[in-house]
Amino acid sequence: MTGLEFVFVLIAALTLFSAVMVVTTPNMVRAALWLILALFGVAGTFVLLNAAFLAVVQVVVYIGAIAVLMIFAIMLTRKVMKDSGPQTNSTWGLAALIAAALFGGLTFALTRSPAATLMAPDFSTVSDPVAELGRALVSPQAYVIPFEVASVLLLAAMIGAIYVAWKK
Amino acid sequence: MDTALLIEWLIKSVILLFFGLTGFAYLTLLERRALARIQVRIGPNRAGPWGLLQPLADGIKLIFKEELIPPLADKPLFILSPILTVLPALIIWAVIPWGRQIVIAGREINLYLTDINVGVLYLTAVASIAVYGITLAGWSSNNKYALLGGLRSSAQMVSYELALGLAFLGPIMLAGSMSLVDIVEAQKNLWFVVPQFLGFIIFLLAGLAEVNRAPFDMPEAEQELTAGYHTEYSGMKFALFFMAEYIKMIAISAIAATLFLGGYRLPFIDLPPILDPVVLFIKIFVLVFGMIWVRATLPRLRYDRLMALGWKVLLPLALVNVFITAVIMVFTG
Amino acid sequence: MLTNWLYVGLFIIVALVLPAVTIIVPRFIAPKKPNRIKVDVYECGIETVGEAWVQFKVQYYIFALVFLVFDIETVFLYPWAVAFDKLPLFAVMEGVLFIALLLAGLVYLWRKGVLEWA
Repeated sequence: MTGLEFVFVLIAALTLFSAVMVVTTPNMVRAALWLILALFGVAGTFVLLNAAFLAVVQVVVYIGAIAVLMIFAIMLTRKVMKDSGPQTNSTWGLAALIAAALFGGLTFALTRSPAATLMAPDFSTVSDPVAELGRALVSPQAYVIPFEVASVLLLAAMIGAIYVAWKK
Repeated sequence: MDTALLIEWLIKSVILLFFGLTGFAYLTLLERRALARIQVRIGPNRAGPWGLLQPLADGIKLIFKEELIPPLADKPLFILSPILTVLPALIIWAVIPWGRQIVIAGREINLYLTDINVGVLYLTAVASIAVYGITLAGWSSNNKYALLGGLRSSAQMVSYELALGLAFLGPIMLAGSMSLVDIVEAQKNLWFVVPQFLGFIIFLLAGLAEVNRAPFDMPEAEQELTAGYHTEYSGMKFALFFMAEYIKMIAISAIAATLFLGGYRLPFIDLPPILDPVVLFIKIFVLVFGMIWVRATLPRLRYDRLMALGWKVLLPLALVNVFITAVIMVFTG
Repeated sequence: MLTNWLYVGLFIIVALVLPAVTIIVPRFIAPKKPNRIKVDVYECGIETVGEAWVQFKVQYYIFALVFLVFDIETVFLYPWAVAFDKLPLFAVMEGVLFIALLLAGLVYLWRKGVLEWA
């Protein structure tokens, strides 16, 4: 096992363990913290894939914004310290079965698809991947339409959210 | 990965942490002495010559203090939050360059820990996780003042983070890179504070709010919240919150110096690289002293005014600053 | 490239040592004699009433919501800023349009009164 593989296994184990803790911790604030650790693990995976920009964005957006929103929502709605009800209900066995089947099916489908044998292009040869990304985002041959649509979509999402949440 | 590199890295990390720690210790002394002078007092001058051993005395005292944990507190999180508060203040230093290359015993050594191509975004990311320590400290204490302080601070930091993030864009556009080393090198002849004056002002204000310093020290407004998020903390855990605040002060000054004031470089003059850290240190010292001066001068803002300043003044100004920079850069080529 | 990140990762681990030591050392040398009054909730000597976890203003949540949207948009601007001086005029205008949309969102919030902390 090379050093890189060792680090990958470490990060993957950390991510999976935290993900399990998210769904099994009865206390909601602690569950949110485990979720943050899991998201950190994902950021680490991005780093290992040479996608440094995505890794940092993962931290800025998911941990710095979305998780903060979640924690506020939890604090706003629950008497958190008293949350100690059961984490499962009577259909958990069936749900586990379906989840396992879905995982198996997806793994089967993905390993059979031609995409499984494709290697990702080696970004380490690009001199400045971030500048390349910036150019792609606004160039008409690449992603300029999704870029502007994303902006409009975010604006619409914000207006919608405020319309729902804001009562004068 | 060869061993020599690893050892070099380890030495640099330890030096960095050592400077963070000493910087924190002597910044507390500097602040107390400077505030005292401004208020026509003398300040601590008994421990050692000019009070130079005062930080040590404080540290020893705090280590031997009893640490109380309220029985109703969420104990693991109560212990975890000071760690989570200090950690961002320390790891932000990983990307800040303090010099060029020096040669020691035939070995070329870079005077920075690492140079990643998303350096500025790394700063934003670390700033955005700094919210958690304080929020959790407030939440896990099971104390009304602490909870309110924690909530206030998270809303405040989140609000000023936007202006901070947008103020970063000016230097990035001018340098064409997010690597902090590139940004410093791009300021060889012209500090970015000149073309980005508005951005610099926005950065300083947002930075003050980000580190919860006066006049934005709402989370620990004594008169209304006793001590805010660290009301229930005592002993070394309490000291950790202070350590975080002061190291963040130094860090934000270092970032301001790097992005806007030419970092470790002087304009036009080429000093030998061994003096680079000294140049950076002088810039940091001036900025930090400015922060202390501001604390001595300005009263605390009211919370609604604070939020209004962040959202209605700094955020639109920061957006307009990016806009103006873009237009001017297009016209001047 | 990856070695640079290895340094960051290792630095995070080394940096953890400092607060960990500060937490652990006093455990062995600090006195420990808690009593009921000492560890009581501190409210300046007044006995505490009710729970600490009170309902707080919905505005905290709304600001976090708005922050999330602006944060994502800001992140989009970073690569654009890096590539800026190599971009054609058309691409620059795309970015400016993006900023204008951000400003429009801010104006909407302002007019709606969401930014008032009342």
